Amino acid sequence: MSGMPGHTGGAVLTADEPSAAGTASAGDCSIVTRGLTKRFQGGQVAVNSLDLAVPRGSVFGFLGPNGSGKTTTIRMLLGLVAPTSGSWELLGTPMPAGVSGVLPRVGALVEGPAFYPYLSGEANLRRYDAAGPSADPRTAGMRIGLALERVGLAAAARKRYRAYSLGMRQRLAIAATLLGPRELLILDEPTNGLDPQGTREVRGLVKEIAAEGTTVFVSSHLLAEVEHMCSHVAVMRTGRLVAQGPIAEFRELRAGEAVRIRVESPDTAEAAAVLAALGLDEIRLGDAEVSAELGAEAPERICAALVADGVAVRGLAVQRPSLEDVFVGLTGKGFDVDG
Amino acid sequence: MSTVSGEPITRRGAGRGAGEDVNGDVGGAADGDTGVGAAADRSAGVGGAADGDTGVGAAADGGAGVGAGIVGAGAVRTAGGVRTVSPARVMGAPRAWLRLLGSEVGLTFRRPRNIVMLAVLALVPVLIGIALRTFGGPGGGGGGTAIFEQVTGNGLFLTFVALSLLVQLLLPVSVAVVAGDSVAGEAGIGTLRYLLVAPAGRTRLLAVKYANVVVFCLAAVTVVALSSLLVGLMLFPAGPITLLSGGTISLLEGVLRIGLVVLYVTAGMAALAAVSMALSTLTEVAIGAVAGTVVLVIVAQVLGAFPQLSALQPYLLTSWWNGFDGVLRDPVATGEMGQGLLAFAAYVVVFGSVAWARFTSKDITC
Repeated sequence: MSGMPGHTGGAVLTADEPSAAGTASAGDCSIVTRGLTKRFQGGQVAVNSLDLAVPRGSVFGFLGPNGSGKTTTIRMLLGLVAPTSGSWELLGTPMPAGVSGVLPRVGALVEGPAFYPYLSGEANLRRYDAAGPSADPRTAGMRIGLALERVGLAAAARKRYRAYSLGMRQRLAIAATLLGPRELLILDEPTNGLDPQGTREVRGLVKEIAAEGTTVFVSSHLLAEVEHMCSHVAVMRTGRLVAQGPIAEFRELRAGEAVRIRVESPDTAEAAAVLAALGLDEIRLGDAEVSAELGAEAPERICAALVADGVAVRGLAVQRPSLEDVFVGLTGKGFDVDG
Repeated sequence: MSTVSGEPITRRGAGRGAGEDVNGDVGGAADGDTGVGAAADRSAGVGGAADGDTGVGAAADGGAGVGAGIVGAGAVRTAGGVRTVSPARVMGAPRAWLRLLGSEVGLTFRRPRNIVMLAVLALVPVLIGIALRTFGGPGGGGGGTAIFEQVTGNGLFLTFVALSLLVQLLLPVSVAVVAGDSVAGEAGIGTLRYLLVAPAGRTRLLAVKYANVVVFCLAAVTVVALSSLLVGLMLFPAGPITLLSGGTISLLEGVLRIGLVVLYVTAGMAALAAVSMALSTLTEVAIGAVAGTVVLVIVAQVLGAFPQLSALQPYLLTSWWNGFDGVLRDPVATGEMGQGLLAFAAYVVVFGSVAWARFTSKDITC
């Protein structure tokens, strides 16, 4: 594995270098953990010497199957659960001593929405706003209104939470993270319970917030979600960090190895012959399609060759190795199966 | 020095042994358990691995060992750090405290369940008043029911009767519902984690929640007093009050003395609320804390009913709740009430400390 362990913006760190991030300087990181470990009563180790480094300004995907320790990690970061050992910093401040100074600048969605069912959405947000030590009550109405508008709940502001749908509840929880100017958002499975439209909106919102300079730390068990939103990724598996780094470097891990070209055509045999003539390897014939490793060949030349040979080309696509392949390689398993 | 794991120390021992053999027994450090022992007595400088140049030497021969050392140091720091969140840092400005208290009080008095409880508390004096009006006093009463018989002569006494009846169970139950729910209820529906992330501060949140429960105690006792005052004045004659000690006081002074009783009973309920909140920090199931409090009240009352256990009585919260007869004497007899207030204060201190110790160190996992 290449890269400089001391630099968080550097290469993907894998389990081969367990102490690498542990010696990393805090640098310009929004979240740094060193050997963070949580052993629950009964001996179950939920998180095992976690060394995370989340660069400031990144959209950081915290990926792992359900039960891999993501939520426990987030609870430790926010001071809800005391680690058995290890230390951590948020926004450059050692925790948990800095809780009261740092958390007002952090918005958090932890393990789904939780509100008072007999209060309206607006009253619920006012309640959480009142709980903080430094929010200005004079601007509360305005900030709450803006947050509700941002998640598309302005029309339902006065409706009781009890009457909210699952998607509305999730939106309200996201609105609660946007009540003030935040330097860091910690979002635990933010698209849970949302329909495809809502999921798209949340992704858009995350990008928008990140564009304003806020670091977003988003946990998910869905690879596609992380792939769509994130600039950096960390992968958890059974309480351990398997890898972390910029998402582009995850892609490069398999680059060159498996970029394939796929040709849709009814004339599969002819197409395969053309590909073979061009010297492509690993040719596979499918149902009305043929694929091969692209190698150094230019896709447009392949297209031209196919057309020149009279092959009916209905579609042509370059397939880069999916992140899923990379992650499956790292974790040894698919993502929705681990317990 | 770091004794987190025997392995790195042993490895360092081996390294030193090979490199610079200071005095014979370092060689022993190379084999397993003795390595740790040798490290402990530091004769060969092996134990100093964590401090100074030996540490650097160790770093050269094994990254894993250093990693473990760093983790170990962190562990010591945080294990202490999490348990002792400095109260001063969590406090914040008084205005923010008031805002959070306002939010708590608003939540308590907007909650349908609590409104119903207050309505029931207001209704019971009405029922007592109607019963006394219809059937007269409970007849043939001994010393204990002296106040009871006075009601039909002066409506003001209905307040004393209602409070001394309701303080036995109905008031404690409603206080237990609100106080027992205060922490456990929020934990149960998950709002506790968002309050703490806001960050409310654990000490601050607990203090504000207790203040809120005391406000509820005051409200509940006041509701009973006002309701019985109104009903008493409507159903029975009103006028100067004949005291237990024989003298009389004006109606106005009678009302002021009811105010004293309200404060005293509120203090008694606030002491119970401290017990209930302590239970509330021990569970995520609000009903458990509420039921636990009610069971404790009943057990205390049962224990207090045995003459053989009279030695216990001064220590039971329930023995003091009814101790407000003193206001019906001239001058106000403060002896028993003073002792009662001391007992209440002791309960608040002890159970408040339990609640604080538990709440500031607990893992919020729901």
